[in-house]
Amino acid sequence: MAQIRIENLRKSFDQFTAVEGSNFTIDDGVFFALLGPSGCGKTTTLRMIAGLELPTDGKIMLNGEDVTFRRAAARDIAFVFQLFALYPHMNVAENIGFPLKCQGMAKRQIRECVQETARLLRIEHLLSSKTSKLSGGDRQRVALGRAMVRRPKAFLMDEPLGALDAEFRHLMCGELRDLHDRIGATTVYVTHDQLEAMSMADQIAVMNKGCVEQIGSPQEVYDRPASMFVADFIGSPPMNFLRFESGLRAGDRAVAFHSVSVEVPEIREDRASAPLALGIRPEHIRFADAAPVRGEVFGAEYLGTTQIVTVDTAHGRVAARLPSSASVRIGETVGLEFNSERLALFDVGSGLAIRTANEGSARRG
Amino acid sequence: MTAVLTKSSAHSIVEASPRAKIVAGGLVILYAVITILPLLWIVATAFKSQSDAIAYPPKVIFEPTLEGYVNLFTVRTRQTPDFIAKLPPPETWYDKLVRQRDMVIAGPSKVVPRFVNSLIIGFGSTFLAVFLGTLAAYAFSRFRIPLADDLLFFILSTRMMPPVAVAIPIYLMYRQLNLTDTRLGMILLYTAVNVSLAVWLLKGFIDEIPREYEEAALVDGYTRLQALRKVVLPQAVTGIAATAIFCLIFSWNEYAFAVLLTSGEAQTMPPFIPFIIGEGGQDWPAVAAATTLFVIPIVLFTVLLRKHLLRGITFGAVRK
Repeated sequence: MAQIRIENLRKSFDQFTAVEGSNFTIDDGVFFALLGPSGCGKTTTLRMIAGLELPTDGKIMLNGEDVTFRRAAARDIAFVFQLFALYPHMNVAENIGFPLKCQGMAKRQIRECVQETARLLRIEHLLSSKTSKLSGGDRQRVALGRAMVRRPKAFLMDEPLGALDAEFRHLMCGELRDLHDRIGATTVYVTHDQLEAMSMADQIAVMNKGCVEQIGSPQEVYDRPASMFVADFIGSPPMNFLRFESGLRAGDRAVAFHSVSVEVPEIREDRASAPLALGIRPEHIRFADAAPVRGEVFGAEYLGTTQIVTVDTAHGRVAARLPSSASVRIGETVGLEFNSERLALFDVGSGLAIRTANEGSARRG
Repeated sequence: MTAVLTKSSAHSIVEASPRAKIVAGGLVILYAVITILPLLWIVATAFKSQSDAIAYPPKVIFEPTLEGYVNLFTVRTRQTPDFIAKLPPPETWYDKLVRQRDMVIAGPSKVVPRFVNSLIIGFGSTFLAVFLGTLAAYAFSRFRIPLADDLLFFILSTRMMPPVAVAIPIYLMYRQLNLTDTRLGMILLYTAVNVSLAVWLLKGFIDEIPREYEEAALVDGYTRLQALRKVVLPQAVTGIAATAIFCLIFSWNEYAFAVLLTSGEAQTMPPFIPFIIGEGGQDWPAVAAATTLFVIPIVLFTVLLRKHLLRGITFGAVRK
């Protein structure tokens, strides 16, 4: 089992910088998700941890040991690929036993370990099948088996559920988390799917354009996004941004949003007048006739227990999550009331969150 | 043939009618006959006597004889009947056959060493070209190589003019290096010609193998070379087989360089066969016998690898 530490990790390909200056620590036994849109450097980061890619700069520490330039095989980690990468010329048992064979373990011992792993994954009945005959989920289990069989220090997974259909993905999410809880090995999980990351991970690192934007628990990342990017990337529909321009003073509990005063969590920093954005999650908006911020209902999307109502205001379109019982007519003018304790403020120029009583503990890596 | 037909009809949208099948089968058989006939004629000619071989109109039915093969493998001298009568009785059937023509066997001909040359040079250069080609193709396919595209174009460009166009510079160079008429020289030459083809063909095949396979092996404890050998090569085997056949066919059949650069020690079969001269000109049955023997290895090689070859040639086309 292992703690993984990343120090100033950077990787560039010719002119293009894939990862720049990442710093984070993944504690032993943590299920850590690297989340971000495609091309944000999450897979490159994972591949550097695995040793499949050498960093341009920086350090990778495994249990306090510098493994930055060590061969992949010498790091004692396991990698699960998106397309499973099961060897087509071997059957299931040979695939699972392959890492042990590489280590030169005796055949009988390999068979025992393979049996045990297969039992854990409930694929004992498949051991002698060809991998090409397996369903997506079984292939995934075999790939996991191959990763687990030699009890590595850490599991690295590169979108392991990406190739499965939606329904099955949900099931595998549960299985993966369950497996993690039983084995307890440090897991680094790369995904672009926020639901996967939110439902499985203990900690999420949100990446964008090669930088880690925020690291935190799923709750922290969702409730106290460190930047507009994180706020926008996480949540569906994403956080609403209402832009305005104003200066800020530490200790204030309201901002001058255009001509209206909007209550916010206590501000913790002073700022000269600059373009700002008010960040509001859709579920923190209520319709109230008396509210000063007003708009016209543009559309409603029915989702069963809730509905997403889009409202055109003078400062942009806003999505609100309302109980599906609320009756909404398209075209009607409504007042928008915000749950002031949950509002966030962002500096539009830098995209960063402004420190408030709500945003206290969020970190930026 | 029929097996192939039924298989292909399984993929077509509409089942072919029995009549269409008969017509298609007939066409395939006709084509097979047309292509196989010259080969059969050569095989038959090898068993004809000198006079049957050049008879006009050509003889389809004839009395078979092994004279062609005996002539191919021996050097003979003509003697007077009196001299032959004085000799002890012939020890073997081929002694007897030769004496019937008023000749005695003076020794073995050069066909066996020439054939061995062909085998060594053909398979040697094929092995080298495929070996080097695989390594180069793997490197081009997997690593970030500076100027990779330019290098690949350069490699391809060596194939853009017919190799014979540079025959004279190569001849002069080989003379300087004492490589003329050596097996090593011919192996190097054919390897150089084939390796560009091998790199391009194999790069295509290796590109198709997802790199996750060897990355998985790297993480699981193999070195890069072990991963190449144990994980990549088994999957590239169809491509390697197809490439090997193309390379072998080229070096096995190559004539122009062989004529120019070899005359004795390292002479291969192609320049040897046309100069099998009997009494009164070309010894056609012996030439036919040599041709038959010459064709056998390549047919065997192709038949042995035919499964891979078929899959190899249609690789990119059917896989995705």
